[in-house]
Amino acid sequence: MSQSTLEIRAISGHPGTVPGKGATRESEVCKLIDVSTCIGCKACEVACLEWNGLTFTDTVFNNSYQTMPETTWNFFNLIKFNEHERDDGSLMLLMRKDQCMHCEDPGCLAACPADAAIVQYTNGIVDFQQDHCIGCGYCITGCPFNIPKFNPKTKKVFKCTLCSDRVNEGLEPACIKACPTGCLHFGTKPEMKELAETRAKQLREQSGFKDAGVYDPPGVSGTHVIYVLHDASNPEAYGGLPKDPHIPWSVKLWKGPLKWVGNLAMMGGLVGLALHYTRFGPKRTPKRTKTEKDEKEKGGPI
Amino acid sequence: MTNGWVDIKNTDMMLIMGGNPAECHPCGFKWAIEAKRNRNAKMIVVDPRFTRTASTADLFLQIRAGTDIAFLGGLIRYAIENNRIAKEYVAHYTNAAFIIKEGFRLPDDGLFSGFDPATQVYDKSTWNYQEGGDLSGVAASAAAATAAALGHSRDGKAEAKLHNSQVNPQSGGEGNATNGGGGMGQGHQAGGPVGAVATETKAGAPPALPPNVAYDLTLQHPRCVFQLLKQQYSRYTPEMVERITGIPRDQFLKAAELFTSVRKDGDMKKAATVIYAVGWTQHTNGTQIIRTAAMMQLLLGNVGRAGGGVNAMRGHSNIQGATDLAGIFDILPGYLKVPNPTTDKDFKSYIERSTPKTSKPTPWDSFNYWSNTPKFAVSFLKAMYGDTAKKENDWAFQYLPKIDRNYGWVHIWDDMYRGTIKGLLDFGMNGVMIGPDSKKNIAALKKAEWLVVGELYPDETSEFWKSPGITTDEMRNIKTTVYRLPCAGFAEKDGTFVNSARWLQWKNAAMPPPGQAKVDQEILARIFLKVRELYKKDGGQFPNPILNLSWQYTDPYNPSLAEVAKEISGKALADITDPKTGQTIKAGQQLPGYAWLKDDGTTACGNWLYSGSWTEAGSQSARRGTEDPSGLGIYPNWGFSWPANRRVMYNRASCDLQGKPWDSDRKQVWWNESAQKWVGVDVPDFNPDSHPKDHMGPFIMNPEGVGRLFGPLGAFADGPFPEFYEPIESPIKNPLHPDQSNNPVVKKMTTPLDKYGTSEEGFNVVCTTYRLTEHYHYWTKNNPVNVQLIPEPFVEISVELANEMGFKGGEKIKVTSARSQYIAKAFVTRRIKPMMIDGKKVYQIGIPIHQGYRGIAEDEGKNAHTPANLLTPTVVDPNAYTPEFKGFLVKVEKA
Repeated sequence: MSQSTLEIRAISGHPGTVPGKGATRESEVCKLIDVSTCIGCKACEVACLEWNGLTFTDTVFNNSYQTMPETTWNFFNLIKFNEHERDDGSLMLLMRKDQCMHCEDPGCLAACPADAAIVQYTNGIVDFQQDHCIGCGYCITGCPFNIPKFNPKTKKVFKCTLCSDRVNEGLEPACIKACPTGCLHFGTKPEMKELAETRAKQLREQSGFKDAGVYDPPGVSGTHVIYVLHDASNPEAYGGLPKDPHIPWSVKLWKGPLKWVGNLAMMGGLVGLALHYTRFGPKRTPKRTKTEKDEKEKGGPI
Repeated sequence: MTNGWVDIKNTDMMLIMGGNPAECHPCGFKWAIEAKRNRNAKMIVVDPRFTRTASTADLFLQIRAGTDIAFLGGLIRYAIENNRIAKEYVAHYTNAAFIIKEGFRLPDDGLFSGFDPATQVYDKSTWNYQEGGDLSGVAASAAAATAAALGHSRDGKAEAKLHNSQVNPQSGGEGNATNGGGGMGQGHQAGGPVGAVATETKAGAPPALPPNVAYDLTLQHPRCVFQLLKQQYSRYTPEMVERITGIPRDQFLKAAELFTSVRKDGDMKKAATVIYAVGWTQHTNGTQIIRTAAMMQLLLGNVGRAGGGVNAMRGHSNIQGATDLAGIFDILPGYLKVPNPTTDKDFKSYIERSTPKTSKPTPWDSFNYWSNTPKFAVSFLKAMYGDTAKKENDWAFQYLPKIDRNYGWVHIWDDMYRGTIKGLLDFGMNGVMIGPDSKKNIAALKKAEWLVVGELYPDETSEFWKSPGITTDEMRNIKTTVYRLPCAGFAEKDGTFVNSARWLQWKNAAMPPPGQAKVDQEILARIFLKVRELYKKDGGQFPNPILNLSWQYTDPYNPSLAEVAKEISGKALADITDPKTGQTIKAGQQLPGYAWLKDDGTTACGNWLYSGSWTEAGSQSARRGTEDPSGLGIYPNWGFSWPANRRVMYNRASCDLQGKPWDSDRKQVWWNESAQKWVGVDVPDFNPDSHPKDHMGPFIMNPEGVGRLFGPLGAFADGPFPEFYEPIESPIKNPLHPDQSNNPVVKKMTTPLDKYGTSEEGFNVVCTTYRLTEHYHYWTKNNPVNVQLIPEPFVEISVELANEMGFKGGEKIKVTSARSQYIAKAFVTRRIKPMMIDGKKVYQIGIPIHQGYRGIAEDEGKNAHTPANLLTPTVVDPNAYTPEFKGFLVKVEKA
């Protein structure tokens, strides 16, 4: 998704400074998902499909209302359904809208080696630029939420854009627009944080959910998609929301200290190569003889 | 709805039962969420399974399908026992104080007084008020004398006396002289002519409500409605509720305590709402379930109030409009009665029968708004037949079709199966899929001569001839000619939708219909004009109603819906002047509202309830003003809410006797002493000039002026108080009266295809049917996105049943009823639990209704092609004629 007018804050695999850095900083946007008022109607799933012009895929009934087991390269927004029994024996049907969390410290971007295939705008949206994607899939390893998905046909990776195109025009993301109960909200991060805390407090005080709270995990320096959960102490119950998400150590190492080790090793290799050339000269290939294959390619008789 | 969608945001307490708004009405459900978020309103959900609505509830109770009256009756008992009723409201705004005739008997054995087992019809003459004056003073002395004669007396003599007096052989048949309706809409069939036909052949004048009702404002008289009601529901103890519904006693008590807490210590400030849908309607006692809820709401003083009421969520975008415009065979537009040939020989006798006469305590006043029936009826006939309708010819009354028997949904198919109905015009529906008993519907279509289906897609009805199980040889022998007409979709038509809140909202066409598709009114107009042409040419049995039908449209072959809407709203046919204000409406001008309607032929109006929806100022339904000065979500300038753009019906009841709002924070209407008028932020549902001291009742559509805790005379076919009866197919005998387990007036159908199963035959699992949020009826399975969301049919079953039967989620199972079988994958879930019903372990399962044998997945051969309604029984509610789609018996096996 190319958003030329959005100001970029961070950029993947890019040498030098971030273009446009230093311009007026936009306020950071945030999507709030109040899981306690989600009714699993899937209007957000449909709005996401339609706004992004995604193709339909066959699904199979899987003993659940859930449309498919997890998000796919052409299904960015999935409500995860989980039956959950509370300690008092009462049942809950937990419905959590799963999509890119737009981390403040995005693991995908950190892992991406391709110049400008992943950008983070100053408003907090983390966006994939498929034109620059080399299909290495490192972003998939880098993501603690299992969000980026590979399209084997185009060899590109896709995920929720937080409707950066709409946001750029001052509109809310399509899922927000479609939500009938107002379980989804969109605004600046401080506004959403306040709204979320107020709702969590209400759930604690009025609805008997003593562990209600806001999910804005510090392990990735917070996210631009936050949740109100009935039980913030157990996010895993909501379809595997990680309790303390971090960028994998392999990615951190690789993009941190190991990057320098790698650079050194590469420099060493180059030096060795130059030495080898000056010492032994170029490698010569022996002349090839005519083969059957060559004949075939020319269209001649076998 | 008595209230409306937006009004739900004003509530303090919700009982959501017989409905699943989060899944079936997700947009409207936002107001329930708002009430929770902004008012800390509590939500109780009672359903056969834990739905997505239940996921947002404060309290969920799993109930056995079809036992709602037992639960609600238990709530009524709890409210009375724990003094959680609105005393002043009950005494003055309901018929609680009215004295019931001697000889009326409560259904301790399952039968009210007057039952005739041979015809399965009640003689309702004892279901009436006693004539007389104020009996408040005499209650105490009368009590001792008559208490024994009622219900639970252990005095053998008194009991015997009561039994002797229950049927008066001299009584003149069923009481249809009164308009029993009370309410408008929401499925009220009030004193329908069908029952009348069955009994009014007896000689003598039918009994009527007395003009001067005996009453006891202390509510102590043993035969006053309140005492009878108390006695009736005293049997619905928490233990009995548990035995019948399967809801454990402690959970029931928790819900009862929570719901009635709005009336704690008699405080009237709070309001509770009841929200339901066809989960209440689709039973053989559906009307009485809704009535029990209405009675409970009256007892708690919740009707007429912001955030209160009894609110039916309609299942389609315009089902309310369909009902208002004569969607049911026995009502004309605006809930006027369809005449019947036995009693309605002429317009006079029709009006006599269908116009109620005031019946009330003498010192009270009653508006009795249905006394205007002649004005509504004459204006309707003028709209139908134009200049042909004259006083001299009874306003062409004889042109109206008369109903000599039941023409309800299941009877149409029954008649077709029996060969008396030869053809069917099927528009805006999928008759085969709707059921009940799809197999019978398919068999009926095989016998029809012709079938016309107007649809967007080929559907199961237009392809009934290739339904599963029909061989090629059989197909050759089906002689039915099927005409499939491509129709326009909703976005290709303009016109109004009338939503559950009774709002008429005009919409524009987004695009023209594609290809040869036509809008419905063009197809119908072309058929009608062709028929008229044939009548003109060849004559016929009775050509006049066809030849003289008013058809004054600019394009008669494609009437514009704007013109039709104007015709429905009504216009003056001559200059008419309001004597009070001197205002004059010129001939040809649109009327400002139904108060202008006349019975002298100077006004024409297609439906009095919609009068004022298209005025000289234009379409009121197209208004989109978003101002809401009161903050109560009234939005007076948005669309048009019938009647008279009123948002909350019976809103006089939001005030005390002096006309002061019960809750000063939610002021809707009130009496303004200096102006000597009822004023407010909503349109008062009342005579605006009636001073509170005149004690005019707030329920102006009842001839009593008060809400009916007791439905007198012909109001209901099966009892003046709701009584719990088991569904026709039930796993147990009714614990209240095992010898009268089912609703006594319900009749089973009798063709060889009409089979009913029992536990003894192995049908011992309770089954219910419903919709999913991902699909819209039988239609969205033609849309790839919806198919992607829910690709296949499934059956929701409990973990315990799956374990017992030895299958896992996703495996194919077979569900069999006495009628047919259904095959789909098992959805094994903890959201349905086994229940203990009267000491017996009972499993419940649920089947979504959407899939059949025509759709994207169906065409690809991805499912078993079995519609859910193959399973459902053909048996209906005796008041609204709605089939029992919920709570029938099946067995479950591995497929």
